[in-house]
Amino acid sequence: MRKKSLLERIRLFGRAAIDMVAVLGRSGLFLLHALVGRRGIGGGFQLLVKQLYSVGVMSLLIIVVSGMFIGMVLALQGFSILTKYGSEQAVGQMVALTLLRELGPVVTALLFAGRAGSALTAEIGNMKSTEQLSSLEMIGVDPLKYIAAPRLWAGFISLPILAIIFSVVGIWGGSWVAIDWLGVYDGSFWANMQNSVSFTDDVVNGVIKSIVFAFVVTWIAVFQGYDCEPTSEGISRATTKTVVYASLAILGLDFILTALMFGDF
Amino acid sequence: MSADNDYAVELKGVSFKRGSRSIFNNVDIRIPRGKVTGIMGPSGCGKTTLLRLMGAQLRPSAGQVLVNGQDLPTLSRSALFDARKHMGVLFQSGALFTDLDVFENVAFPLRVHTDLPDDMIRDIVLMKLQAVGLRGAVELMPDELSGGMKRRVALARAIAMDPQILMYDEPFVGQDPIAMGVLVRLIRLLNDALGITSIVVSHDLAETASIADYIYVVGDGQVLGQGTPQELMAADNPRIRQFMKGDPDGPVPFHFPAPDYRADLLGTR
Repeated sequence: MRKKSLLERIRLFGRAAIDMVAVLGRSGLFLLHALVGRRGIGGGFQLLVKQLYSVGVMSLLIIVVSGMFIGMVLALQGFSILTKYGSEQAVGQMVALTLLRELGPVVTALLFAGRAGSALTAEIGNMKSTEQLSSLEMIGVDPLKYIAAPRLWAGFISLPILAIIFSVVGIWGGSWVAIDWLGVYDGSFWANMQNSVSFTDDVVNGVIKSIVFAFVVTWIAVFQGYDCEPTSEGISRATTKTVVYASLAILGLDFILTALMFGDF
Repeated sequence: MSADNDYAVELKGVSFKRGSRSIFNNVDIRIPRGKVTGIMGPSGCGKTTLLRLMGAQLRPSAGQVLVNGQDLPTLSRSALFDARKHMGVLFQSGALFTDLDVFENVAFPLRVHTDLPDDMIRDIVLMKLQAVGLRGAVELMPDELSGGMKRRVALARAIAMDPQILMYDEPFVGQDPIAMGVLVRLIRLLNDALGITSIVVSHDLAETASIADYIYVVGDGQVLGQGTPQELMAADNPRIRQFMKGDPDGPVPFHFPAPDYRADLLGTR
């Protein structure tokens, strides 16, 4: 390989920047056309139900199992720390706040990106490479309305619900470890939790986070599939991009949202 | 819309670029209504691109693409999708929807564009499948079909809405001799029976020449020649002669542009 001159590197850097702006523009237009404007064809509700099943219901198992284990681990860790200060009754409060504010929305979104997001990208990428999207276009059906829109809405709806399920199962797992195994008095476990968890500050903020994550993850996943190069290599690259971009976006946005919601400054 | 126009599709001064590479440069093509028109040329000369330009799936960098008198690239997104209801495309791979069975694939355009009752859709689908000889395969899934059968199902789907214009992208590639013969007759039959305008993009000379009323030969981003198959066979232009006769030597090079072979091998480049 020839060594690149300085000028060549500057040129490549500029090229990359222009490409990035172009991708942002394309993805914005993509979202606009998919969600806004004339609904293409009938049967939209059935399409949505089908996607809610494959995107949401099929992700339930991994969400429930992960939620339970994370709740159990939180209770174990919390107990071992709090017991040093003689305040093991506060373990319920710790488990609930950690799950509702942070781990519920964030871990659910990360798992969702890996489970449902990658599947969405690969599915749409495959449709593109087998000319199914082209053939929809030529039949006179807008693939943005028929393929992209139901998948976007299914992601927007199911991820917040999955995050709530994650937190609920996590709290149940935590209570099982703390009360039934480690012997924390159940009255103080639940009372502490109820006293410290605020509906507006903790539950609602957690749900807002998961709604934001749902929007970003599903957008990235569906767009990457739609915009991928229609080859096997292109599809695999797009699937990787979905998981990487979505994960980074979740973690970055989580910091910003947490600062806005809980940072009193 | 001028349906009485003699030409179903007209490309006027169309240029198309991919990146900085020019694929077409100021091309004029007119597809006569109700006829079978062949678009031929060597592999990689942009025949499929031409088809996608006619369906406005690609936008030309210059020129007009008139379909039934409408300039497709200037239409709004929804008007464009409406205009495409009158066009059918048979893609090279068939492009069947893999999550739907044969029946639902053919029924798909009817379900999304019409409010016909189910029993009428059933009748239409069975008639279209009968026309391509696959009424018995109605319950199979696309992955249970051979490549040739997939393409025939796709053809049934393409004619489900009785389009005015039907475009075939390399319909003869990978077909066994029997299927090929059936397909050649089918294209002609559908064209004449339904009064369709057919556009066949292909590099299979004998088959295309046997059904086409008129042929365009494209290459190097231009129209190299046009005429009836007999006229083209007798053409003087050496490029057309080479293509029509399948000669390896001639003005169209077999090799992709490359540096000197000897210098390349000896590494003295």
